[in-house]
Amino acid sequence: MVMYEKTAEHFGQKFKDLPEGHLLVNLGPSHPATHGILQNVIQIDGERVVDTESVIGYVHRCFEKLGERYDYNQFLVCTDRMNYVSTPLNNIGWILTVEKMMQIQVPDRVTYVRMIISELSRIMDHIICNGIMGVDLGAFSGLLHLFHHRENIYQILEKLTGARLTTTFCRVGGMERDIYPEFQTEIKLILKGLKPALDEFEELLIRNKIFNERTKGIGGISAERAIAYGFSGPNLRAAGVPWDVRKNDPYMFYDKVDFDIPVGEDGSALDRTLVRMEEMRQSMRIIEQLIDGIPEGPYHADVPHTFLPPKDRVYNNMEELIYHFKIIMHGVKVPQGEYYHATEAANGELGFYVVSEGEKSPWRVHVRRPCFWYYQAFPEMVKGGLLADTIATMSSLNVIAGELDC
Amino acid sequence: MKEKLTEFIQTRFNDSLLPQRDINTNLLYFSIKKESLPTVVQTLKDDPEFAFTFLNDLTSIDWLGKREPRFEVVYLLRSPKNNHFRFQLRVPVGEGEPVPSISGIFPAANWPEREVYDLMGISFSNHPRMERLIMPDNFVGHPLRKDYPLEGPGQDYLIEDLLTIHVEEDITD
Repeated sequence: MVMYEKTAEHFGQKFKDLPEGHLLVNLGPSHPATHGILQNVIQIDGERVVDTESVIGYVHRCFEKLGERYDYNQFLVCTDRMNYVSTPLNNIGWILTVEKMMQIQVPDRVTYVRMIISELSRIMDHIICNGIMGVDLGAFSGLLHLFHHRENIYQILEKLTGARLTTTFCRVGGMERDIYPEFQTEIKLILKGLKPALDEFEELLIRNKIFNERTKGIGGISAERAIAYGFSGPNLRAAGVPWDVRKNDPYMFYDKVDFDIPVGEDGSALDRTLVRMEEMRQSMRIIEQLIDGIPEGPYHADVPHTFLPPKDRVYNNMEELIYHFKIIMHGVKVPQGEYYHATEAANGELGFYVVSEGEKSPWRVHVRRPCFWYYQAFPEMVKGGLLADTIATMSSLNVIAGELDC
Repeated sequence: MKEKLTEFIQTRFNDSLLPQRDINTNLLYFSIKKESLPTVVQTLKDDPEFAFTFLNDLTSIDWLGKREPRFEVVYLLRSPKNNHFRFQLRVPVGEGEPVPSISGIFPAANWPEREVYDLMGISFSNHPRMERLIMPDNFVGHPLRKDYPLEGPGQDYLIEDLLTIHVEEDITD
């Protein structure tokens, strides 16, 4: 409450000499199109946007500070709450960073499952982005049409991890539990249903004349400006730059699978939507290459002091009981060092910069979240356009408030 | 690339380099003086061979009680031209000392610099708008500092509000 009044007062100062006929409009913080809680103070002249200011910080939970208190496995629950539309991608990004620091080599089975879950999450995220974009522009049926398939993926996650939204997927050195027997068959079924659904979605929404005219050439950004603003992920690729962490700086087995990087032309809202559509298809391609080849083997690395021992050994063996306690009470032991590890999350490059002093918790955790970097270009992207177009631009950028504020 | 870049920086910016600590890291890094930061960044960005045109990350570390000076601002630059090679620039800075802003070179640095100012209390000179970004304007202190109390004195403004509400309320009827 106090915060809102403060910002209103502040912007009153900034825009105090408004020319005659100009208006200040608050888009957000609670507006259906400002996903999560985002505030945009927009100065308009008639229907034209003259200037805007973005206010963030409404959902700030200081995860970086929490990271300095929690141990490495505990911080996993914080990453769940960053991009809550595709949680496993954040989880995997964090776990890979810690494993890099500890130099743990996980079994192939774990990497396969992680990659499959990553790509399913990417599909989940893009379904929401494209679907909700339709909703924001007045087309509801597209979202409903795809949501069924998103729900199917949620059911897989529920069976695998026990949770739908906050999955806390993976542990340092492997996964919390092994995959269940029908895992592969169920995913194949999902892909079978998803393929025609995506085509139908494209027919229904993207080839729709109204949607097309409201997004074509709207909110565009040139490749050069996008790079200058630190864009990454689909938003950068829509501007015509074929960068993808999975190709440029491969992690897991991304250098061993075949997939293409879709690129757009002018970085407009329509291009961003189309790039996301194509990325979903590429993700399905990756899953299809992996799903039948999941190797047999353990679901965690055989490194002592990192993984909870099986219960029968804990109950019958003093040493194992001590390990169990040590891991619960003191967490895993990460050697002194500083690491930056980047993964390609659904929104772009998600990087974790971790400083360890060899203690239970990291000395410093910093998250390079993709939203934070491209949302600052929002004023430049909407300036001169119509007020209604700011909605299309914002939806197609896929700003997730939880990730933006972190 | 590593050797080439090291040689380039050592010959070109020898006066700006500070002694390096031995850090166990996956990135090549250089500690430099804060005054020469904009020149180094601009040169590496403009150089056709290196072309570090992408500001990958910008953050800071509080070394309270561990090292002197207290803070370090960390820049991560990426060169798409050279196979997306990343390297780090570290700028040690004491309490109350401003660091030159690089938002004129990379527009992307605008928000991250404000974030560092907001949460860590390191200010940047020549920044177009050095204000809080995430915390409310009347927030007290910088929450990511190591000496910031975990319960947070910043809660005062909420308590103050609660008090006024309850004081003005007439609970007799």
